[in-house]
Amino acid sequence: MSHGMNRNQPTPRIESAGLDGWLVRLFSTIDVANLAWLGALARRCEAAFGEALVDLVPSYTTLLVVFDPLRLSPEAARRRLADLLADLLADPAPEQETEAGEFHELLTWYDPSVGPDLERVAQHANMSLEAVIDCHAGQTYRVFALGFAPGFAFMGLLDRRLEVPRLDTPRQRVPVNSVAIAGRQTAAYPAVSPGGWNLLGRTTARLFDRDREGFSLLRVGDRVRFVPVDRATFERHGGDATPMETRPRGRAYE
Amino acid sequence: MSEYTVIGLRVERAGPLALLQDAGRFGVRRLGVTQGGPADLHGWAWANRLAGNVWGTPVLEVTFGGLALVAERDLSIAVAGADLAATLDGEPLALWRPVSIKEGQTLAFGTPRNGLRAYLALAGGFRAEPVLGSVSCVVREGLGGFDGHGGKLAAGDRLAVSGEAGERVAREAVSVPEPPDYTAPATLALLPGAQVADFTGASLYAAFNSRWRVDDRADRMGVRLTGPRLNCRIGSLISEGIGLGAVQVPPDGQPIALLNDRQTIGGYPRLGALTPLAASRLAQCLPGQEARLVATSSERALCDYRLFRRSLER
Repeated sequence: MSHGMNRNQPTPRIESAGLDGWLVRLFSTIDVANLAWLGALARRCEAAFGEALVDLVPSYTTLLVVFDPLRLSPEAARRRLADLLADLLADPAPEQETEAGEFHELLTWYDPSVGPDLERVAQHANMSLEAVIDCHAGQTYRVFALGFAPGFAFMGLLDRRLEVPRLDTPRQRVPVNSVAIAGRQTAAYPAVSPGGWNLLGRTTARLFDRDREGFSLLRVGDRVRFVPVDRATFERHGGDATPMETRPRGRAYE
Repeated sequence: MSEYTVIGLRVERAGPLALLQDAGRFGVRRLGVTQGGPADLHGWAWANRLAGNVWGTPVLEVTFGGLALVAERDLSIAVAGADLAATLDGEPLALWRPVSIKEGQTLAFGTPRNGLRAYLALAGGFRAEPVLGSVSCVVREGLGGFDGHGGKLAAGDRLAVSGEAGERVAREAVSVPEPPDYTAPATLALLPGAQVADFTGASLYAAFNSRWRVDDRADRMGVRLTGPRLNCRIGSLISEGIGLGAVQVPPDGQPIALLNDRQTIGGYPRLGALTPLAASRLAQCLPGQEARLVATSSERALCDYRLFRRSLER
């Protein structure tokens, strides 16, 4: 992938995020190229803050750095971040120090019984069901952020043809492992939860496992491909083919 | 600290919400896992201090009351935070001080008299298997607590405690602060954030000069404040990490202060963030209570936070 000269050059700002946090804003738009810079910054923060580092929350364009204000005052933390950013920007190619993230293939059974919005998405896109599946499964996505629930990975960018808004009324109960789309993003639900995304199918992957090293299957920067399988294969790999009700219901969750 | 674990208390009545909380779950927010931990850090820390425990020892956070526990052995306890009309065998329980209770005695919480969340600590602490580095119970995520899966307490549960729970009593004299008056209007110190200038002038004036009311849409994720409508020139942002106490303003113009169980990322513009002690104070407000927002500096907030932590060490 090649980029224009200035396309993904960071324009950092350090913003207040409370007594124990600074939000480093590196970019103003979502771009796959942001991931390498944000990943490089996160690693440098880990090295530079050491014991004073409490948490890091990377997202599409930002990195929230949470520190212990008793070990490092907010002002000292800000100065440390400013130094890190100066070094980072002086580095000609932080991307080269970044591994491209792990690659995952998520076996997915696309079917209206487990993907109750598949047909509506097809109508919206004026495509056949098969074409919708081919389109969704036809590209490799990157994980931009985790949030909403443990192990819930926001992936993109989805093909424009499949761009549909969230449901007007979110479902109260989305089954675990549901594969979903909203806007130009796709995701799979690691656990049963409320949700307003459009459901296309179900995967066999174990997305969040407290007994696994690292807990979450997917991490920011990882690459993900959905692999269509038939019902028999889906079930052979442990998939739960229990159909869900197709009618969205329940109260509005944000 | 003793390594062995015994059964210390039996749940006779679970009440609406009683959750095990250590200092919180850290280092895993990048996986979408929330912070957890005590909604009122101040009350939680004092309960531990009075029970002779170190910072971070697991404590029961009792919201609204209703919980009734029977001691299965002699225990040294302390209850700080809210006054939820707790009794020991029917007699009023002394709050904000170490108390010894005997096997067979019943510790029961009533309804709120001053504040919303009481913290029950016992010498040596409650015991549970940490999940992702913490025992903090987050029901929504199914993490932590006594069962490890974020389960609420149920009648009949028998709660594990440190083996030294009955042996150790906080013997040293502790200078205890005057228990806060949580029923008074809350003054909440706020550190202005990056989008503060995106609010209209009239809205900024209103934000810091109005009486806000604590809404009943309030839980460990966040507390909504109702009052004048605040208008921001930006409707939403690309989702980004949100810190404890962040005050976000959705398009309806009514701010929401985000607490310990908040989602890890979000996209509403923010006025700023409450200080840790202000977030604690808000967590003790009942619906309908009055609150004011007061802008502060990080120097001032750090000074207050250091004083609070030092007062626990004496």
